[in-house]
Amino acid sequence: MDITFKDVSYIYQPNTPFEHRALSELSFHIRSGSFIAIIGHTGSGKSTLLQHLNGLLRPTEGEVTIGTYKISADEKTKNIKSLREKVGVVFQYPEHQLFEETVEKDIGFGPLNFHVDQEEIKRRTREAIKAVDLPEELLHRSPFDLSGGQMRRVAIAGVLAMDPNVLVLDEPTAGLDPRGQREVMDMFSNLHKEKKLTTVLVTHSMEDALRYADHIIILKDGKKHLEGPPLEVLVRKKELEHVQLDVPEVIQFLSEVEEKFGKTISYHNQNIAQLAKELAAMVKGGDDHE
Amino acid sequence: MSQFIEFRDVSFRYREDQPWVLENVSFTVHTDEWLAIIGHNGSGKSTIAKLMNGLLLPQQGEILVDGIVVNEETIWDIRKKVGMVFQNPDNQFVGTTVRDDVAFGMENHGLPRELMLKRVQSSLAAVGMSNYQSHEPHRLSGGQKQRVAIASVLAVAPELIILDEATAMLDPKGRLEIMETIRQVQENQDLSLITITHDLREVIKADRVLVMNQGRRWLEGDPREVFAEKDALMNIGLDTPFVTKLAAELSAAGLNIQREPLNHQELLEELWTLHSKM
Repeated sequence: MDITFKDVSYIYQPNTPFEHRALSELSFHIRSGSFIAIIGHTGSGKSTLLQHLNGLLRPTEGEVTIGTYKISADEKTKNIKSLREKVGVVFQYPEHQLFEETVEKDIGFGPLNFHVDQEEIKRRTREAIKAVDLPEELLHRSPFDLSGGQMRRVAIAGVLAMDPNVLVLDEPTAGLDPRGQREVMDMFSNLHKEKKLTTVLVTHSMEDALRYADHIIILKDGKKHLEGPPLEVLVRKKELEHVQLDVPEVIQFLSEVEEKFGKTISYHNQNIAQLAKELAAMVKGGDDHE
Repeated sequence: MSQFIEFRDVSFRYREDQPWVLENVSFTVHTDEWLAIIGHNGSGKSTIAKLMNGLLLPQQGEILVDGIVVNEETIWDIRKKVGMVFQNPDNQFVGTTVRDDVAFGMENHGLPRELMLKRVQSSLAAVGMSNYQSHEPHRLSGGQKQRVAIASVLAVAPELIILDEATAMLDPKGRLEIMETIRQVQENQDLSLITITHDLREVIKADRVLVMNQGRRWLEGDPREVFAEKDALMNIGLDTPFVTKLAAELSAAGLNIQREPLNHQELLEELWTLHSKM
């Protein structure tokens, strides 16, 4: 589903001493089937933006369009419930929301609420647990007996069981160990590719943004600061520093190489082994990459 | 260098019919030292943190904090010495405003009002939250909440601060700022620091690293020694810094890297030396 923000502003507690403008005249477009990363400093409005994507918040001004759904200040959104069926949100620490007796019931809780029939719930539950790489044996266990990483996967499976068209991820790897982080991100990347899921990733990790996203939006004080493809946006050191962000480490390192050796090695998503080969050739003085 | 924390052969499990979460763990933390603890999820890191201020008590072995054995009689004295910030700050707020919340811990320690006012200001300034004094803590963003939680701990001036994934929700610059703030505090007074983290850029700055694996002390050393074990670290589910990985690939590509680099600077110098010899 295409997602469009048109001049969206959101104000918390308007007309009180606590009034706070979290989003300010924000406009952008997300193409259906793309993988976009939203990045910004703490308090830049990322979480507020995210809550507009399934109608948890309605803009104070402006309009949000998701597929055929419109969300605006003055108009009550029709079929908000069916919008929430189509936009799956994985919140921060989603495992805190697990509550059922068994993994199976927890994964099936969403679809059950939307009156999906039992057979279909069963089918989706099995598909979802497979998608998050957990063995089916776990379905009958209590989610609270699982490890933190497994609990996170169960919570994600619960979102997938809704069979959404759009997947919204709010810092989905926070608190996982490095292997868990890599596995969870690879899993989302595969889902995105296989199911053509429009994916919106809110992250602090410039590395993940570089690796997985095809489009990047950087927020500053509720406004759009930068937007574009990763290799265009994530190299703009000065503008990123302005919003307290660093360029991804590999790009930073290559710019330091350029400074020291006066030679350029361009980054084009090559893996670290390939990069090492190019660097080694440069150090040995063979290949000049002019 | 005196020892501030000492774990002597500590074992812990949550229930008798469950496996040990920690098994025969021994290590020390010196006064004024920064120890980073790393390990996979479930390796026992957070249990170690909770044992240090008596939130949990071990079934076997003993833990000494500033020479005092941690037990039910001593936990209140120990908690004055040990400040702790957890991963999820929502569970740690009590005040209705940010200012009250930072003052709460100091009230409990019976600090005079004058000093409290001063400390509220200085600790909020240290975490960059001075403009939020009258905000309601539960309305702040995740990262802002964590800054306030850290300010509350700084305000009581403990002798040991434990950050249990406390900066996980902050952006990279925010993390760096908080760690620099704490380092500055460490320069002005005796303060031991334990960070439990997956952030390798933070780990390489620690004085020492303790690697936990399946409830046991797996490796201990300074960051360079620890990350030299890159293959073994990957095998237990951990990661190594970018420069460590790149250095390994450069060796594989035929460069003779002499010394395990810990940061860009060190690797660039290695490369420069090699380049000049070619």
